[in-house]
Amino acid sequence: MSARPDNRPDTRPDNRPDSGLTDLTLAAMQRGLRTREFSAAELTAAHIAAIEANRHLNAFIVETPEIATAAAAAADAALATGTAGPLAGIPLGIKDLFCTAGVQTTAGSKILQGFIPPYESTVSGKLLADGAVMLGKLNMDEFAMGSSNETSAYGRVISPWRARGSNAELVPGGSSGGSSAAVAARLVAGATGTDTGGSIRQPAAFTGIAGIKPTYGRCSRWGVVAFASSLDQAGPMARNVEDCAILLTSMCGHDPKDSTSLDLPVPDFAAGLTGDLRGKRIGVPREYRLDGMDPVIAALWDRGLAWARDAGAEIVDVSLPHTQYALPTYYIIAPAEASSNLARYDGVRYGQRVTPPGGNLADMYAATRAAGFGAEVRRRIMIGTYVLSAGFYDAYYTQAQRVRTLIARDFENAWGQCDLLLTPTAPSAAFAFGDKVDPLAMYLNDVFTVPSSLAGLPAMSVPAGLSATGLPLGLQIIGRPLDEAGVLDAGLAIERAAGFTARP
Amino acid sequence: MSVTPETVARIARLARLDTPEAALAPLAAELSAILGWIEQLGEVDTAGVPPMTAVIPTHLAWRDDVVSDGGIADAVLANAPDATSGFFAVPKVIE
Repeated sequence: MSARPDNRPDTRPDNRPDSGLTDLTLAAMQRGLRTREFSAAELTAAHIAAIEANRHLNAFIVETPEIATAAAAAADAALATGTAGPLAGIPLGIKDLFCTAGVQTTAGSKILQGFIPPYESTVSGKLLADGAVMLGKLNMDEFAMGSSNETSAYGRVISPWRARGSNAELVPGGSSGGSSAAVAARLVAGATGTDTGGSIRQPAAFTGIAGIKPTYGRCSRWGVVAFASSLDQAGPMARNVEDCAILLTSMCGHDPKDSTSLDLPVPDFAAGLTGDLRGKRIGVPREYRLDGMDPVIAALWDRGLAWARDAGAEIVDVSLPHTQYALPTYYIIAPAEASSNLARYDGVRYGQRVTPPGGNLADMYAATRAAGFGAEVRRRIMIGTYVLSAGFYDAYYTQAQRVRTLIARDFENAWGQCDLLLTPTAPSAAFAFGDKVDPLAMYLNDVFTVPSSLAGLPAMSVPAGLSATGLPLGLQIIGRPLDEAGVLDAGLAIERAAGFTARP
Repeated sequence: MSVTPETVARIARLARLDTPEAALAPLAAELSAILGWIEQLGEVDTAGVPPMTAVIPTHLAWRDDVVSDGGIADAVLANAPDATSGFFAVPKVIE
């Protein structure tokens, strides 16, 4: 037990273990730290112990207990002198897609093994500047390409959840699967995620936590390893909506180093939360009611709409006619951008290098990339290269960008009739490892999350219920551009009504 | 669209991905399945629809054309697999 900076006696009853600290919400941690109920050093130590006790989940690629302990001491000093930032002492995990100064950053890929960024990503830097304590770098699908965390070069992440009556290990979702597993297992209070086609929302739904992808441009992409630049967007993952709102406020903001960063004021999202949906119109896109939809998911969706109605919202049917084309559009645009972005991994400036005996420069490039990239990344680079190649560019890439315009217009038209959309987050609960070996079956996981990504809209997942076997299910709220506040409010209303208390 | 092993070899060369001969046919089958699924986009009428260029309308900011960085050669080279005398070193390019 570390000494309290104010030398007050420890008033906790002896029977309350330190591990109780890891159960607190991020907001409760903020309050406890400010009232000196516990110190940042104690809070950090409890989380380090939880991480050590849960290494079998493989949620972290790198643990940084020394950095965390030093940051906690700095937070305690700042709290004692009244100079603490809003996140002083809050224990967070950082997805390994964010470059962290002096700490290995791999994007889950072998090709970046040993890469130590000399700089900090804007988003992680903002969290650290606000006083957050980084506990380590969280595992993920390689270059964020995956929905199950099975493509990480550092081993799969295992969800802390199990289906009732089964011991089968389940996927934590992806690509932010280390983030979702760590938050759900109480190893961190919150985590950064990134979302290109659903990589925050689907893992949040699979692990019974909340996560929000803000409007494209709200969070700087500077220092975030690029996958598909026109889609990539960072966002927070935490155990409830308020905690997400607190982190989102810290992560957003204009950055001259990202040309797509929006130069707009960032509201205090947590302070504005009401959960009041009176006067709001919530749209139900009819195309999302898929043939053969899991009846449990359909029933949860109906329950969510009833909750929204109870919170004062009017429910309206809307149509997003190009929904069925969103996934194929995504699987042209994302691989095309990835094939271009990942051209930089050539074994020259950073990362791994493989030179065949007697090989020249071209041989070195090809051998380095073949050895450094995993199967899914190679597959997407090939698809991207194909759709961008001479003779196919217009038929595939240009056509996809035209359909993307139509998908975005569908949403614009819907905003004439409603303020928010409510849908399921994913078509199923978490599945077991190896359940989806066919790439196309895996891609279908993102059927409800990809359309809003293509349109750059803010969208979040909140835990709303359980499957027949006791696994978490999420509902998704999609909002107008820049209406994160509206999305969070609806999320809070659903969260309150659902009363989700299940835990792994 | 059926992708042939020859096409896969060409794409792999363009992408600088060393791909063994034996992997070409399985990859061709995989890519054919994915591209076959993607081709449903062809049925969408996009006449007169502009390709999307920016998902959230924003203006690109100008900045002064000045040097804002530099003198950090060591940091730039710090992660290089092979750095010599202040340069990135690569296998011989010219025989």
